[in-house]
Amino acid sequence: MSPRAQVYILAALLTLMGAGLTIYKNVELGFPLLPGEYRTVWTIEAKVGFTADGGPAKAALTLPREQRNMEVLGETFSSSGYGFNIIQEDDEYRAVWAKREASGPQSLFYQLDVHQTPGAALEQPLDMSTKVVKPLLAAREQEAVRQAIYSLVDTARQRSSDTQTFTTELLTALADRRNQDGNMIFGYYKDRSFVDVALLVLAAADVPAHRIRGLYLEDDRRRMSPEDLLEIYDGKRWVVFEPQTGSPGVPKNFFIWQRGGKSLLDVEGGYNSRVTFSVISNDVPARDVAMLSTSQEKEALVDFSIYSLPIEQQSIFKLILLVPVGALVVVLLRVFVGLRTSGTFMPVLLAIAFIETQLLTGLSIFVLILILGLWIRFYLSRLNLLLVARIAAVVVTVVILMGAISVISYKLGIEQALTVTFFPMIILAWTIERMSIVWEEDGPYEVLIQAGGSLLVAVIAWWVMTNRYIEHWTFNFPELLLVLLGVIMIVGNYTGFRLAELARFRQLVR
Amino acid sequence: MHLSYLFRGGLVSPFALNRRGVLGMNARNVNYIARYNDRDKYPIVDDKLNTKRQAKRYRIPVPELIAAFETQPSRRRVMGVIEPLDKFVIKPARGSGGKGILVIVGRDGDDYLKPSGAKVTALDIQRHVSNIHSGLYSLGGKPDRVMIEALVDFDPVFDKYSYEGVPDIRVIVFRGYPVMAMLRCSTHVSDGKANLHQGAVGVGVDLATGKSCHAVQHGVRIDQHPDTEMRFSDLEVPDWKELVRLAASCYEMTGLGYLGCDIVLDRRRGPLLLEANARPGLAIQIANGVGLRTRLEHIEKMDLEQLEKGVDERLAYSMDYFAAEPMD
Repeated sequence: MSPRAQVYILAALLTLMGAGLTIYKNVELGFPLLPGEYRTVWTIEAKVGFTADGGPAKAALTLPREQRNMEVLGETFSSSGYGFNIIQEDDEYRAVWAKREASGPQSLFYQLDVHQTPGAALEQPLDMSTKVVKPLLAAREQEAVRQAIYSLVDTARQRSSDTQTFTTELLTALADRRNQDGNMIFGYYKDRSFVDVALLVLAAADVPAHRIRGLYLEDDRRRMSPEDLLEIYDGKRWVVFEPQTGSPGVPKNFFIWQRGGKSLLDVEGGYNSRVTFSVISNDVPARDVAMLSTSQEKEALVDFSIYSLPIEQQSIFKLILLVPVGALVVVLLRVFVGLRTSGTFMPVLLAIAFIETQLLTGLSIFVLILILGLWIRFYLSRLNLLLVARIAAVVVTVVILMGAISVISYKLGIEQALTVTFFPMIILAWTIERMSIVWEEDGPYEVLIQAGGSLLVAVIAWWVMTNRYIEHWTFNFPELLLVLLGVIMIVGNYTGFRLAELARFRQLVR
Repeated sequence: MHLSYLFRGGLVSPFALNRRGVLGMNARNVNYIARYNDRDKYPIVDDKLNTKRQAKRYRIPVPELIAAFETQPSRRRVMGVIEPLDKFVIKPARGSGGKGILVIVGRDGDDYLKPSGAKVTALDIQRHVSNIHSGLYSLGGKPDRVMIEALVDFDPVFDKYSYEGVPDIRVIVFRGYPVMAMLRCSTHVSDGKANLHQGAVGVGVDLATGKSCHAVQHGVRIDQHPDTEMRFSDLEVPDWKELVRLAASCYEMTGLGYLGCDIVLDRRRGPLLLEANARPGLAIQIANGVGLRTRLEHIEKMDLEQLEKGVDERLAYSMDYFAAEPMD
């Protein structure tokens, strides 16, 4: 295979790999493609309160199960003086607080951060019991209620085609105040809630159903009680219904806490027990959400990446990951434009210094050091020093200059100039040395051209590297480096003309 | 490159350049240098001492080597070599682009004279030797070797076409076939240097006859030398066939497929190989007013048998096939 074909195949593979990983991280792990994306994270706090008898006390709270449309980012429990553990009980998780002696009002907290996964469909597991226990309404005084229930069921059945539409019909009929049968039923079950009655009627209609407890996520809500939804089995899967309106599907922003009719809270050794919820929403950068949710799943891609490093190293890498971008800029400017610079990748190092110093400060400091350095270097060249010694002397001079610039400008109140330390000293010394040779051999005009070219490339590289999109992509999607590598390989195969050559060879056309 | 000259007159379309068979830098690097020049042969041309040694083996005439310093020489050693000399050239063995070459054409008491007439002291020469040795002029700053060469006794034929400087002839040899040639004449503007982008005149030389066919300064076509006002149409390189044969035989000497040979004319010895270059520049196209690519592609199309021919056959073929079109 010819080298050129190899380059294209390799570049295509690299690009595919990099793009694939990027898309995976974006779609599956939720890393945002654009900077500045925020996600809403809900902080839900469940407060268990009861009055203890004075003896041993134990409180058990059912915890929400994992669900597809809500991602749990983290949970905390607070229970001063209580022993705490989580137990599994019939595929439900329960938080259990226990204490040998407790008296008076007690408060226990469970807090969790959830993030609503946009677009993810809610698929409830099928493992709930579909057994229906028909209500026993055999007694004489229950005859009227029984009649009402079955009349309601029959009407709804006539007006529907399947279990889902039947449930909707039934629930709207129950909620309708003008419905005689409905009023009759509610009249009999005065002390029962709407959902209780609905469950009863559904059972009479032979539809498997149970209760769902949960919360509507709305910002800044306090002391909320859990709300109930209905879930029925239509023969194939479980469908959630909003009981009052009878519409199928989980309402927007509804966080399911518990499925099935078991108790939410059990307290032993206390009374007046209740659980209340408060909800706060926070806007959190999308990347942090993605980091939190994936670290729980132990994604190898995230676990063995830069994000597993300490924050300080991460911020260094943030800079290092920009170097390839600068290198690409240099390659493009060389191959397509034909700009000449002093030292191939020196402009990239300059650009990195500019990132730290801000552009104008950086430019003026660089020019100042270059001029002073050249001036001193001209004197040094008259002293007949060996090359290595002379460059070392220039390095020392550059360091002294940097110190002097820092101190003097600080005294003058120009604190920006303190960033002078970010300039790579050795590179500066070599640049000064090379420039002075160019001066001697080709004259000051050539120095101006080369220094100008280097600065121009450095400024363009700086401009690209400080672009917020580029910054975001290099740090959050380091696998894009593979794409970059592919691009550089393809550019390395470009055999067309450079922009400068279109001017250089123009006489050949005319 | 002089910016004002570069951008005066604007840009031309890359398609037009392509039609004219012009070779660009990227295409040169990828299609010719990388493909036809083996890395392991570079040291032969990149180190001028190696070139000299190899040239001797192939009986290719070169300027006489007076001395070479492998290590940092003592002051006395340098003086011992240059003291008896009137004219000499100090060069770095691995210098690039003509950097670090010091030409001494005469003495003025204790001082030495440069071609421009400027005086150089013995101390300056010492420092120059020391600079070369520290790698100031070599690629990547690697320590270099210093060579002292006899100054070529230039054939006076070019005297009127060159100002203060050394005229040399560059021949591009592709797979053993000479494809294009030019003469570089220094000018007052170029400060005695033969670099085209510094204002030297590039004179395209017809491969068939050794006569000038085109001349360019600063990218603009000219008819006479800007300083001496000599007409280039009268210029003819003596010993032309011998010179092109020398260039063609550099293919066997170096083994490089894409090669630039820099040749000077000595009054007594005829053409001498000054240096060979594995990455010859593209200015030769401007000097000739003709693109290189068409010629290179013609040779690429040759069959194996044709490519294995001897120097004389290749020479005859090139001088016939690449003859310049009549001047307009």
